[in-house]
Amino acid sequence: MEAGLNLKATELRLGLPGADLIYPAATNNKRSSPESDDSSAVTDHESAPAPKAQIVGWPPVRSYRKNNFPAKRSEAETGIYVKVSMDGAPYLRKIDLKVYNGYAELLKALETMFKLTIGDYSEREGYKGSEYAPAYEDKDGDLMLVGDVPWEMFMSSCKRLRVMKGSDARGLGCGV
Amino acid sequence: MAYSFPEEVLEHVFSFLCSDRDRNAVSLVCKSWHEIERWCRRRIFVGNCYAVSPEIVIRRFPELRAVEMKGKPHFADFNLVPEGWGAYLYPWIAAMAEAYPFLEEIRLKRMVVTDESLELISKSFKNFRVLVLSSCEGFTTDGLASIAANCRHLRELDLRECEVEDLSGHWLSHFPDSCTSLVSLNMSCLGSELANLIHRAPQLVELGTGAYSAEIRSDTFSNLADALSACKQLKGLSGFWDVVPAYLPAMYSVCSGITSLNLSYAAIPSSDLVKLISQCRNLQRLWVLDYIEDSGLEVVAASCKDLQELRVFPSDPFGAEPNVSLTEQGLVSVSEGCPKLKSVLYFCRQMSNAALIAIARNRPNFIRFRLCIIDPQAPDYLTHEPLDTGFGAIVENCKELRRLSMTGLLTDRVFKYIGTHAKKLEMLSIAFAGDSDLGLHHVLSGCDSLRKLEIRDCPFGDKALLANAAKLETMRSLWMSSCSVSFGACKVLAQKMPRLNVEVIDERGPPDSRPESCPVERLYVYRTVARQRLDMPDFVWNLSEDAALRFS
Repeated sequence: MEAGLNLKATELRLGLPGADLIYPAATNNKRSSPESDDSSAVTDHESAPAPKAQIVGWPPVRSYRKNNFPAKRSEAETGIYVKVSMDGAPYLRKIDLKVYNGYAELLKALETMFKLTIGDYSEREGYKGSEYAPAYEDKDGDLMLVGDVPWEMFMSSCKRLRVMKGSDARGLGCGV
Repeated sequence: MAYSFPEEVLEHVFSFLCSDRDRNAVSLVCKSWHEIERWCRRRIFVGNCYAVSPEIVIRRFPELRAVEMKGKPHFADFNLVPEGWGAYLYPWIAAMAEAYPFLEEIRLKRMVVTDESLELISKSFKNFRVLVLSSCEGFTTDGLASIAANCRHLRELDLRECEVEDLSGHWLSHFPDSCTSLVSLNMSCLGSELANLIHRAPQLVELGTGAYSAEIRSDTFSNLADALSACKQLKGLSGFWDVVPAYLPAMYSVCSGITSLNLSYAAIPSSDLVKLISQCRNLQRLWVLDYIEDSGLEVVAASCKDLQELRVFPSDPFGAEPNVSLTEQGLVSVSEGCPKLKSVLYFCRQMSNAALIAIARNRPNFIRFRLCIIDPQAPDYLTHEPLDTGFGAIVENCKELRRLSMTGLLTDRVFKYIGTHAKKLEMLSIAFAGDSDLGLHHVLSGCDSLRKLEIRDCPFGDKALLANAAKLETMRSLWMSSCSVSFGACKVLAQKMPRLNVEVIDERGPPDSRPESCPVERLYVYRTVARQRLDMPDFVWNLSEDAALRFS
């Protein structure tokens, strides 16, 4: 029973307990795999540190609350940041939708950020004549063409943006 | 027995016993009382669906009308139990469909409920009245449609916190046109055509609304206002996810009757929240987001003198910086101003021993105290010390405390306080706390009433667990994840305590492919009178019973 004194388990530490444990490879894709970040092992009492690694299941809020959460904040100090991906680009960007007053400004910003041109929107033909078309993922997970709904509604339902190659966006209304 | 009462008299006397504990005690008096009692028991509560089997329940209690059951361990709520672990309802329904044709009520928590189960329920029990599914999953609106269509006497349908797949088959329309039996409805997990349903069921006493988004048209809004004012007896309200504050006045007409308010999914600014809540003078239960802020809680403290339960949830749980001004002060205010407050769940970003001591002194009548500081090892933000003395004050002053969850920087000392003072404590949740096995030992040896212990990420290992093995049979269950309990110790525990199921939940493959000293990912130990369960997935190993055979 006394399989070694196991001093390590009983030593007084300031780090997260079990930081030396081997964490499993995440086979259940509902969980994010924790990173054992040794540099965060010593908590600095002078500051109030947030855990540097995303701890599984912390804080203890039900995933139900996390998933169904409204993105709005009560006071409007922080923006609505959404990820923007472009087909073929090596990494994603993030933009704050609150900064823009409407679609025109948003599209201009995307054109600047990714150095491309997005044509004009029309209800009938989408972004006909452009190499790229802007799409977004809404609350239900569906891929939608940017521009169909009023701007306010778009801001509250847009979860992430995707700049698609015109040829891929054919199904979304691009007349290419 | 020369002078025993006739059975009918005994049955009548027993019918006044409401608590399971009393009924269980009565059934131990003698064989004939045991026999009489089991035939007249109508309600049971199974705290762990694997502690017993459907066959055992049916054999002992042949005439049940109401079953309440819980499945997965509590930490399943936070994704610490991998999917597929168990807690399937179907086998229970299949058995009960035959044995209890007159079953009226089913209440479940954390179980996997399929559409097949729901359909079987709706077709097997002609008098079915109450279905409460709390934190359940596995079903869709199709299953709900069966319930709505077939359960003609349905009185209560509650789907709180469930994950329901919305197949949009207009399941609500399966309710009969005039649903005079429905008294309580909570479908806040689904969008719905609410006003229609309210008009159909005017005697609703509790209402959990679906999503109300900004797309509501103004005529629907006035319908809602009319509908709500028609629900004269409305006592509880919940839901309102995307409520635009302009629609809140629709609720004002019912505020004075409201005793339970759940706005924990509603992103409403503090000022509107406060306006609403301050009208609910008879509020007993309040669930809100931290948008309410300290200032809002001060108003609650001043207006809601009947408040018994408060839950404040984080609006931005993963943000490193606070997005609202909600601190320990809010909790202090409420503990000062609400004399009946006895149950609290509070998420915040800072805490101090001074505040905890003040709260403990203000409110010695707490029975549930759950505090979650977003940074799990945050010290007292004023003194930078551990929060041991603060929580110590809670357990010392609140002598009736039954449930405690702690966070913050905590050493073995806090466990000493708990073991010494928390004699009525039944459930304890610990995370990232303690220094050594001594902490666990204090709890297991000192807490006389302990039933459920759940621990994650603490440096507790084999010694305290094995030294207190016998204690585990007096408890419903023990959960330990990311601690330092070795596989070898789990095997020893299983051998020592044959009436416990010792489940090792490990996604790294068979535990015996690693050294015995290697700590297990998760350990779930529970007492049981059933045989080993047959529905375990491949990442769960039950070390009891055939332990010696399987691992020799």
